[in-house]
Amino acid sequence: MPGNKKTINSKILNDIQNKNDNNITNNNIKLNGSKTSDKKEINYLSSMTEVIDKDKKYKEKKLTGEQKINLLRTIIKIRRFEEKTIQLYQIAKIWGYLHPYVGEEAVAAGACAAIDRHDYIVSTHRGHGHSIAKGADLNRMMAELFGKATGYCKGRGGSMHIADTELGMLGANGIVGGGLPISVGAGFSCKMEGKGRVTLCFFSDGATNNGVFHESLNMAAIFKLPVIYVCENNMYAISMSVCESVACKDIAKRAVSYDIPGVIVDGSDPEEVYFAVLKAVLRAREGLGPSLIEAKTYRFGGHHPNDPAEYRDKKEAEYYKTEKDPVKNYKARLIDEKVVTIQAIEDMEKQIMQEVENSVKFAEESPEPSLEKFLEEVSGI
Amino acid sequence: MREIEYREAIREAVIEEMNRDPKVFLIGEDIGKYGGAFRAYKGLLDMFGPERVINTPISESAIIGAGIGAAVTGYRPIAEIMFIDFTTLAMDQIVNQAAKIRYMTGDNLRCPLVIRTQGGAGRGVAAQHSQSLEAWFYHIPGLKVAMPSTPYDVKGLLKTAIRDDNVVMFIEHKMIYLLKGPVPEEEYTIPFGVADIKREGSDVTIFAYSNMIYKALEAAGQLEKEGINVEVFDPRTLVPLDEEALINSVKKTNHLVVVSEACERGSVASDIAVKITAKAFDYLDAPVKIVAGLNTPIPYNSTLEQASIPHAKDIVKAVKEII
Repeated sequence: MPGNKKTINSKILNDIQNKNDNNITNNNIKLNGSKTSDKKEINYLSSMTEVIDKDKKYKEKKLTGEQKINLLRTIIKIRRFEEKTIQLYQIAKIWGYLHPYVGEEAVAAGACAAIDRHDYIVSTHRGHGHSIAKGADLNRMMAELFGKATGYCKGRGGSMHIADTELGMLGANGIVGGGLPISVGAGFSCKMEGKGRVTLCFFSDGATNNGVFHESLNMAAIFKLPVIYVCENNMYAISMSVCESVACKDIAKRAVSYDIPGVIVDGSDPEEVYFAVLKAVLRAREGLGPSLIEAKTYRFGGHHPNDPAEYRDKKEAEYYKTEKDPVKNYKARLIDEKVVTIQAIEDMEKQIMQEVENSVKFAEESPEPSLEKFLEEVSGI
Repeated sequence: MREIEYREAIREAVIEEMNRDPKVFLIGEDIGKYGGAFRAYKGLLDMFGPERVINTPISESAIIGAGIGAAVTGYRPIAEIMFIDFTTLAMDQIVNQAAKIRYMTGDNLRCPLVIRTQGGAGRGVAAQHSQSLEAWFYHIPGLKVAMPSTPYDVKGLLKTAIRDDNVVMFIEHKMIYLLKGPVPEEEYTIPFGVADIKREGSDVTIFAYSNMIYKALEAAGQLEKEGINVEVFDPRTLVPLDEEALINSVKKTNHLVVVSEACERGSVASDIAVKITAKAFDYLDAPVKIVAGLNTPIPYNSTLEQASIPHAKDIVKAVKEII
């Protein structure tokens, strides 16, 4: 029976606010409080401790000013690109399905900053942010959204299927959870290759209720595959609230079933995401297997641009937009830390806006895919 | 020429390709020490080690997904689904992911994946282990479908499948794993889309594949005694299909019987009948006849099971009806 949504959502809100007081180092699932004499449980605890110890050096590490500025640039770039795509969708320059990443930018930015260019990512239907954070070219992305021949998929895929071998971007996906099994294969590939490459797999809270979540994490754990599972818990699967769809309070807790670390991070804080992913990446590169990171985040808009999201509590949305806006908060933080000046941010914004505008121009001026060529291709098999 | 079992021919193809290309690996259920449900992988774990013979839990979606993920990142996996009936558990990965990924990403991601599986009735294993589901995959753009009938064909086609840059559904038949046939010692491959005339004839063409080839040959033997000269046409791969060779055969015989173990409704057989009727109508002296399985889940009882799939007598009857 669905519970009273308002009550449940305000409860989640409180939980999340409370969690803000925690920092990354003590955000691992607390099993210490559970009373059990089960050996498996004890083993699990000891393996957790081992990981935390191994990562001491990472805890002490700090981001350089340049790294922080890069994080900020990525976050702003995703935001401005997404705002532009929404505008273009409203005037039908972009059609079909568009799932904006507005509000979740810090997850992609932080996570992708923790891996190398040659590492792989597996993305979702809300995937523009992942592509941008992995270094995708905005021109080719926008051209794909315009269905043009110069797009990443030559106009065949659109928003939900952007992929690029050179970027190690193994594809956005139109099927919720569809990328999870694919990450297992990319993980096998990384492991067999033996060069320390890892795979970062993004998926949503909704995907964790699908059977493939279990199949994939179990298999990745059995074979100790170097895969970092980043669950973007934006609290809604279209209209379905996590409170009504996930049987446990925290998705990260599901890691217990696979005897792998499960970590909760504030998905609006790119540095918190970065350090948690980096820790998991280190673990994976050392051959210790996968990790599950749950980034608590929020989809500022509806499921798509025409979804008014009336199923959500207005206060809840308002809270995230005012208190948990990664763009606003990270800008303020870096100014406060004197990493950047207001002027430098303004310059950065201008430069990004220019890049976004250029991508629109590039897309508009690009040729349509050739119909003749299409018919020729499909006449084969 | 030496004669080896169908399953031994599979094993040889796999060994040769794994030795030739270090990127080829195997993944599936019970393929380790057990050697696969039909022992086609016997001894391969010892030969290639657990890194290249990956024995998985019962997770069909993750097996196919693992194949896709490894394929798009440079490997050439052979993912095994023990029974074609179990592909139902991995249909998103096969249909929405594997079949689409190369096209959908503008050729950005190539997926050289072989999905080995087997189907068919005759073993008394009832409705969830006896289906002929090739029409599902035949229907999906982006999948190639091979259905070899002989040890020679299975070896040559499997080697081609492994070298193909696309997704290949490689569908075997559980009743012919122990069947022996001539297979040369020297290396060979068989191209996709090239049919094989299993028996030449001039009066009627019987289109059959997989285990039905043997029923067709049996029928041809019986009909010969009655003076009817039968050509048995084996497409070997359903996608791509050697339409030209089939039309040429029909031009010669002017009669076509299409045989299918799968039930007729929505089948490959009915599609072939339509194609040939449309493209070779002028050469046909009678309507194309279909001999197919009954529209029923495969029963456990042997009498009922045998009654649900075509036999030589059914093919003989069909031929006589149109000749």
